[in-house]
Amino acid sequence: MRPFKYSGTGSVNAASQILAVNPNAKLLAGGTNLLDLMKEDVERPDELVDISRLNLTSVKMISGGVNTGGLSIGALDKNTDTANHPLVRQNFPLLTQAILAGASAQIRNMATTGGNLNQRTRCPYFYDIAMPCNKRQPGTGCGAFEGVNRNHAIFGWSENCIAVHPSDMCIALVALDAIVKVQGIDGTVRNIPFSGYHRLPGDMPQKDNNLNPGEIVIAIEIPKNNFAGKSYYLKVRDRASYAFALLSVAAALETEGNKIKQVRIAMGGVAHKPWRATEAENFLSGKIADEKNFKEAADTAMLMAKPLEHNQFKVELGKRAIVRALMQAMNGGRI
Amino acid sequence: MQEESLFPDLTNDEKKLIEDFLSEDVNELSDFGAKRREFLKQVSTVAGAMFAYQLMGGQEVFAHSFNQTTGDEINHANIENGITVAFKVNGLQKTLEVDPRMTLLDALREKLLLTGSKKGCDHGQCGACTVIADGRRILSCLTLTATCEGKSIVTIEGISKNGQLHPVQAAFIKHDGFQCGYCTPGQICSAIALMNEAKNGEVSFVTADVRVKARPLQLSDEEIRERMSGNICRCGAYPNIIAAIREVHSGKNVAELWKFAGENNQTQFKSSV
Ligand SMILES: Cc1cc2nc3c(=O)[nH]c(=O)nc-3n(C[C@H](O)[C@H](O)[C@H](O)COP(=O)(O)OP(=O)(O)OC[C@H]3O[C@@H](n4cnc5c(N)ncnc54)[C@H](O)[C@@H]3O)c2cc1C
Ligand code: SF4
Ligand code: FES
Ligand code: FES
Repeated sequence: MRPFKYSGTGSVNAASQILAVNPNAKLLAGGTNLLDLMKEDVERPDELVDISRLNLTSVKMISGGVNTGGLSIGALDKNTDTANHPLVRQNFPLLTQAILAGASAQIRNMATTGGNLNQRTRCPYFYDIAMPCNKRQPGTGCGAFEGVNRNHAIFGWSENCIAVHPSDMCIALVALDAIVKVQGIDGTVRNIPFSGYHRLPGDMPQKDNNLNPGEIVIAIEIPKNNFAGKSYYLKVRDRASYAFALLSVAAALETEGNKIKQVRIAMGGVAHKPWRATEAENFLSGKIADEKNFKEAADTAMLMAKPLEHNQFKVELGKRAIVRALMQAMNGGRI
Repeated sequence: MQEESLFPDLTNDEKKLIEDFLSEDVNELSDFGAKRREFLKQVSTVAGAMFAYQLMGGQEVFAHSFNQTTGDEINHANIENGITVAFKVNGLQKTLEVDPRMTLLDALREKLLLTGSKKGCDHGQCGACTVIADGRRILSCLTLTATCEGKSIVTIEGISKNGQLHPVQAAFIKHDGFQCGYCTPGQICSAIALMNEAKNGEVSFVTADVRVKARPLQLSDEEIRERMSGNICRCGAYPNIIAAIREVHSGKNVAELWKFAGENNQTQFKSSV
């Protein structure tokens, strides 16, 4: 690991100021992604700003304003605390399931909301500094494009980068229309809709998200919804636990009689950002909640898929996973 | 001393340490069914003896004796960007001056000579470095020492009390929850924390319905497997690890999946060859 200066910090403002002055400084939250990448020599900050002790921890019900009854999560709440918070388990069980699908108990005890959002891709070419990678070193090419790309994207990729976002938590958050609250260098706070937080690679794969320099994630808000009784997070991976998703589906439904009033479908492991299957949602809206319609919706969701050499299986897998996640959700989200 | 010949390669000091330890803990050993003599038969290699010794929390003694020979007083003045961190390790207050790059795992092993916590992968992928920080299991290989100011860390060396094995340690021995033992300190720390999590009613990815509130939780084997998935065992001792955890978690006796080959079994074996 390269030498760096360790800076503690007393406030979000102070942390932003360091980022503003030193473009090579990075925020340190749980460290589970950043330290790993620094050991690999992929990340090379010369200063770490330890924000882990800032007072950005509180899972709570929002009272007042348009989002009354919604949920607010602090940027530094540990993944374990968020997943197990009674409000989350009761009202947003999809989020609990998605968080618990990721990593291990030890890592979830360390990992934070902000770190989870800003974790980087697990593309092996990104991790291996001997390989070309536009995300790590713009202009060097994409090692995965003509390499082994079994784990890579089927939606929204460009020839510059075919990586996927690795988070499970974020798939639930995009399905639940979360809002990311970020604070800038001048202290102003802005709201970014979750679906607009992460980016597609385009010709700037080095940029994972739309944070401006020096901006810090301070909280996530989830609007109130009626999905708690019918939601499910399905994760498909190479081993039963402690592995990143090959593909995952977050499904949530609100029904009236046997008709679908509202539905949300989001996918992980398929794109550079948490992927909302909007066409499938539109198709299902107002229809009867049965397997036949779910299958048709899944076909719709996959129409735009552009698989690569080694990940063609993700198209059929994606269809089946969508159907199964929706069926499980209708079954009360129980396993 | 009949046992003495079992440790031909040890120095007299090391022999004495093991002697002292074994004579103190005969009772505990017989608690889980192995008499001292039988136990020693099994532990007939130096590596095995050292390992058993380590498992039983005797490492601090070794650490202290090492301290005297390696010289604890390293001159820290030249550490680039060095910072001073004060935190508790196994109940004892420690103050270290460290390079900010130093992980907690390296500080424990290299600075405090607590080598029970193991470096398996150094990248968060195996759990061998698991320790308990402020009551929660974490990975010491992905924790910077610099971030530990004021924290209280418990390692495998700190879980036995007054020479008594922690029940999870005893259960791992009873159930043979290891082979090479490299993953074991992490497994045991992880298992201890797991039981607290279950007491607090924390759910997992395989919990049937996360909306149902229940505490304490009684964990099925499937639940234990999922909750222990952050600890990889290259030797594949998983069934025995699960049996050990189930026994302590449920408070009910669980039958061993193995037993020592006694005289009878040996004759049987010989006659069948
Ligand atoms: C072996 C292993 C397996 C894993 N498996 C999974 C899995 O199956 N599913 C899954 O979803 N994840 C998995 N993870 C990833 C894990 O979830 C992330 O590493 C973790 O969420 C990152 O959080 P952190 O607080 O540790 O972030 P850090 O490592 O501290 O930070 C990560 C990045 O986010 C930035 N950052 C942190 N906080 C903020 C903030 N408030 N504002 C702006 N930027 C910020 C940091 O500067 C850094 O660039 C796994 C990790 C490991 C090591
Ligand atoms: S897919 Fe993206 S991250 Fe992977 S090698 Fe190509 S450019 Fe790098
Ligand atoms: S050494 Fe820490 S997880 Fe492997
Ligand atoms: S006992 Fe050898 S790795 Fe687990």
